[in-house]
Amino acid sequence: MSAASFSAAGTQRVSAAVVDFPSTSSCFDIEALSLAYEGTPALCDLTLRVPRHCVTAFIGPSGCGKSTLLRSLNRLHDLNDQVTRKGCIRLEGQDVHARDVDVAELRRRVGMVFQTPNPFPMSIYENVAYGVRLQGVKRKRELDDIVEWALQSAALWEEVKADLHASAWTLSGGQQQRLVIARTLAVRPDVLLLDEPASALDPISTLKIEELIRGLKSQLTLILVTHNMQQAARVSDYTAFLHAGELVEYAPTDTLFTNPRLRRTEDYITGRVG
Amino acid sequence: MDITNETHSQHISRQFNQELEQLKTQLMAMGGLVEKQVQDAVEALLEGDSRTAERVRDSDTTVNDMQIQIDEECTRVLARRQPAASDLRLVLAVIRATSDLERVGDEANKIARNALTLIESDRHARGMVEIRHLSEHVRKMLRDALTSFARFDTRLALEVLHEDESVDNEYTTATRSLVTFMMEDPRAITTILSVMTILRALERVGDHADNLAEHVIYLVKGLDVRHTDPGDLDESLGE
Repeated sequence: MSAASFSAAGTQRVSAAVVDFPSTSSCFDIEALSLAYEGTPALCDLTLRVPRHCVTAFIGPSGCGKSTLLRSLNRLHDLNDQVTRKGCIRLEGQDVHARDVDVAELRRRVGMVFQTPNPFPMSIYENVAYGVRLQGVKRKRELDDIVEWALQSAALWEEVKADLHASAWTLSGGQQQRLVIARTLAVRPDVLLLDEPASALDPISTLKIEELIRGLKSQLTLILVTHNMQQAARVSDYTAFLHAGELVEYAPTDTLFTNPRLRRTEDYITGRVG
Repeated sequence: MDITNETHSQHISRQFNQELEQLKTQLMAMGGLVEKQVQDAVEALLEGDSRTAERVRDSDTTVNDMQIQIDEECTRVLARRQPAASDLRLVLAVIRATSDLERVGDEANKIARNALTLIESDRHARGMVEIRHLSEHVRKMLRDALTSFARFDTRLALEVLHEDESVDNEYTTATRSLVTFMMEDPRAITTILSVMTILRALERVGDHADNLAEHVIYLVKGLDVRHTDPGDLDESLGE
């Protein structure tokens, strides 16, 4: 940022337009999203654009709404009838809550990986092939190719190719998480949502997952929730800081972590408030 | 978003607070030392005091050791804490500042070395008035730059930046008149060259004070103004 382009610090509420990329490059457009659990607000009037083929991180203290926001993107909250929502979420320009939206298809396009690896109680091969079979692919040759491609994309192929029919539960935690990612990738999503994908893993597995996340952005849009700020700094291109259900600041990661605009962001990322 | 001294030291981790405070304290100590070196070197020349000049030369290793020590501490903070935002900028500013202060120490060493030459030549050298005046000017810049660092005071830092042109003009004027003296009296060339080396060293001290002020602005405002004209900064900084 040059001296000539510097502007004075803004107000505490920041719009999504802080991030400088054209609207044609946005994957998700979130407009005035508010969400409440049994009347208790969880998200308050959020507006932001998530760019395509980038890694966007949501950070913030516990209870700030980052996981709630993430789960809104593929309508996981539909499973909870105590949730009320206002505002709009568009995926590639289309409202995800439109009447004609096929929710199963939405969740294929917008896959999700959770904090605790959750492989199915099946073999490695069947874990990856399961969703593909549901899509109607039956030919073994085709399934084999897709399973190999997905496991390679998840950087797991070399470690498991010798015995694809071993139970998924024989894998380590880090390997299970990569298997889950492979399972998600097999159905060719456009977006991968990751809710603290490495917080249950050892440091080496964490680094492998982070490397994988960076490598996948050429194929997908990735959105990562993490309470580990250094991870967000290492992995993401854009970072959104949430607090008490509000979007406080949203900027390129380099900017947010070297020169945030707002005091609240500065205090959080430097450990002045928890 | 500007940082202040008060808010900067409010980390949840007290140990991290202490580590950052320690960096600032060490930097100020180094700054005080090199400022005294410049003062002593010039006074040694003006008083004809070769012992003081020798002492300045001997203390250069102390300055070098301080730079290494502070740099090592900065490296440890970066490795252990992975600082972000203003904390990261503080560590980077300290690393840059120690380099400038070490160079000020080298300039003081150069002044002392040439002072010894002039004292031993036992020949009345012209330019003493110019040296005294220029040294007071740049020493004030250096003091103000260090004060602005200690206080996170960008207004004072900006004043230092505006002084650099005045120092350059004073140096140019002084050297021009000395060139005239050399032309009038070739026997004085050797001593006048030593005087001009001293003036050049003082002008360089001013440049390093200028750099320190730029580091303060980077630390407080997050702006890299190293290649920006001071005249363009006033409006941008809101000063």
